[in-house]
Amino acid sequence: MQPRTLYDKIVDAHTVRRLDDRTGPGAEILLYVDRTVLNEYTSPQAFSGLRARGRPVWRPSAALGIVDHVNPTAAARVAAMPDPGAARQVAYFAENCRDFGIELLDVLHPLQGIEHVVAPELGFVLPGMVIGAGDSHTTTYGALGALGFGIGTSDIEHYLATQTLMYRRQRTMRVTLDGTLPAGVTSKDVVMDLIRRIGADGAAGFAVEFAGDGIAALPVEARMTICNMAVECGARGVVMAPDAAVLAYLGDKPRAPAGALWEAATARWRTLQSDPDAVFDREVHLSAADIEPMITWGTSPDQAGPIGGRVPDPGAEPDPGRRRDLARAIAYMDLTPGLALAAIPIQRAFIGSCTNARLSDLREAATVLRGRRIAEGVRGMVVPGSSSVRRAAEAEGLDRIFIQAGFEWRQSGCSLCLAMNDDVLAPGERCASSTNRNFEGRQGAGGRTHLMSPAMVAAAAIAGHLTDVRHLGTEA
Amino acid sequence: MQPFTRVTGPAASLPGANIDTDVIMPKQFLRGIDRAGLGDGVFFDLRFTRPGEPRPDFVLNRPEWTGARFLVVGPNFGCGSSREHAVWGLLQLGIRAIIGTSFAGIFADNAANNGLLLVTLGPEAVACLAQAAADPARNHLTVDLPPEVILPQDGPEIRFEIQPLRKAALVRGLDAIGTTLDQAEAIRSFEAAHLATNPWLA
Ligand code: SF4
Repeated sequence: MQPRTLYDKIVDAHTVRRLDDRTGPGAEILLYVDRTVLNEYTSPQAFSGLRARGRPVWRPSAALGIVDHVNPTAAARVAAMPDPGAARQVAYFAENCRDFGIELLDVLHPLQGIEHVVAPELGFVLPGMVIGAGDSHTTTYGALGALGFGIGTSDIEHYLATQTLMYRRQRTMRVTLDGTLPAGVTSKDVVMDLIRRIGADGAAGFAVEFAGDGIAALPVEARMTICNMAVECGARGVVMAPDAAVLAYLGDKPRAPAGALWEAATARWRTLQSDPDAVFDREVHLSAADIEPMITWGTSPDQAGPIGGRVPDPGAEPDPGRRRDLARAIAYMDLTPGLALAAIPIQRAFIGSCTNARLSDLREAATVLRGRRIAEGVRGMVVPGSSSVRRAAEAEGLDRIFIQAGFEWRQSGCSLCLAMNDDVLAPGERCASSTNRNFEGRQGAGGRTHLMSPAMVAAAAIAGHLTDVRHLGTEA
Repeated sequence: MQPFTRVTGPAASLPGANIDTDVIMPKQFLRGIDRAGLGDGVFFDLRFTRPGEPRPDFVLNRPEWTGARFLVVGPNFGCGSSREHAVWGLLQLGIRAIIGTSFAGIFADNAANNGLLLVTLGPEAVACLAQAAADPARNHLTVDLPPEVILPQDGPEIRFEIQPLRKAALVRGLDAIGTTLDQAEAIRSFEAAHLATNPWLA
């Protein structure tokens, strides 16, 4: 048999039938999808479609509903929504989950949180699984050895009705990270560096496998950050071979299999890896030693550079299209070519999102903030990725570190990552953000987003401007 | 889904790489539980000032491009969020096909599921069509899907390629779920075997 990649193995094991006579990349197949996670804002029209045709959900136990995008995150948890539209979405979501027999974690549920934080911490995502869900950051689940990818609402409906998707086989890319990350450099910097190198469409049409000793050395939560944000370079699916760290991570998760089933499952999961001589359509190599703390300065995630750098000069860009895009981004961000990135002042600091609001992320930020105060004129918010993360952080006293530093300690949700609730940047406000998208208006119309790691957000909040977390406190 | 066979109308040029779905359909239009009213939200911050006045310089607000049926766009159009609202809104605005060098994956699937044709061409052909689209004197196109050809108002025809399954679904306006449910027996027997092999997923 031909050597196969892990992606190919997972796709092959989920192929119900071929839909055309192609076999390699581009082949259309009917793909069995093991599970999905639903949210209140991309699912309503899918349920309405089922209702209109009287179609049942094929396998309700394979779906989990979570309210996360529109709920408020104020310190006191309430069921009330910030606006009538959000209230209607949440009410309709509850009605749909009830009528179709799907488990729902609503805003008051003790396990509520951002879907990509909650699903792994429950053990709902398991190695070797295919999980397609109505949110682009479903790629997060690659860190557990599952093939995760985002789908639109029509495909949510297709999944709910049939347990399958009409799926096009992707090309394969392997990104190998060699070596160990220097102190002060995180997995967020790895993925931001990758995106900067290959571009916002660098992995478009590819399923990406991350590999190498640099990945193996990372804790599972740090790997989730990489898989999560890989969609920002266009990855249409992400996998990492599940190793001992993944099995240890899953070992105490409430919905992971137990007893004899655990033994059988882990025996199978240990075999999930690319064959040694499997051929990838594209290979990318990153050297951990070369990676530095990263910052975005523009309005696309690939408009980024190390914190020691400067805002680029569009005049130096020979390609007229790229020159125009650069100039537009710099104008939107209200920056000037040649400005040192570390000189950019901020008004807001946000630690949150499915990229960087797990317990380990909060610990990294708290380590920077311990015993320090955020700068005058900066508003800082911490929005834990889930209610469970919030409780765990409080149990070890992280909440007190954040509050003493001047941050707001809030309830979980997507919050300022996409500003669909009442957490919004005012026009012109500039935010150091641990999120994943710096698009125009993403955090509020006219708002300006700089992406970075949680530790870098904490450092920026203290300094009042973007700064290198490795030098914090040593500057004049 | 509305079938796509042959459509004629004005094309508008929207150059710029990585136009994301937050820009195509901003968050304030994602609060519905149906598809209504999304045409108003398309490119909202590009089309309107903050008090809601149309920006006269934005291409889709200019009289020569009202009623645009096609967009000629930059690379990686539709990247970012999976929100299908972007595709619903574009269709509601009257856009039937988008021509560019590359499209983001989820956006492309959403487009296919709603009868919005995406035509992928090489950079020279896209540049040529963008130039024509930017010129009111020759911004009309015909996109003919069955023979896979674009007929500019002047200039030679441009051939394109599309995956046969996608084309068939677009031309016939197929209901994908209905088609898949015809395979229900195959899915059921696959599922039984799959869950027997992986009992921890049952
Ligand atoms: S945290 Fe942000 S990126 Fe993640 S699911 Fe929520 S809105 Fe999307």
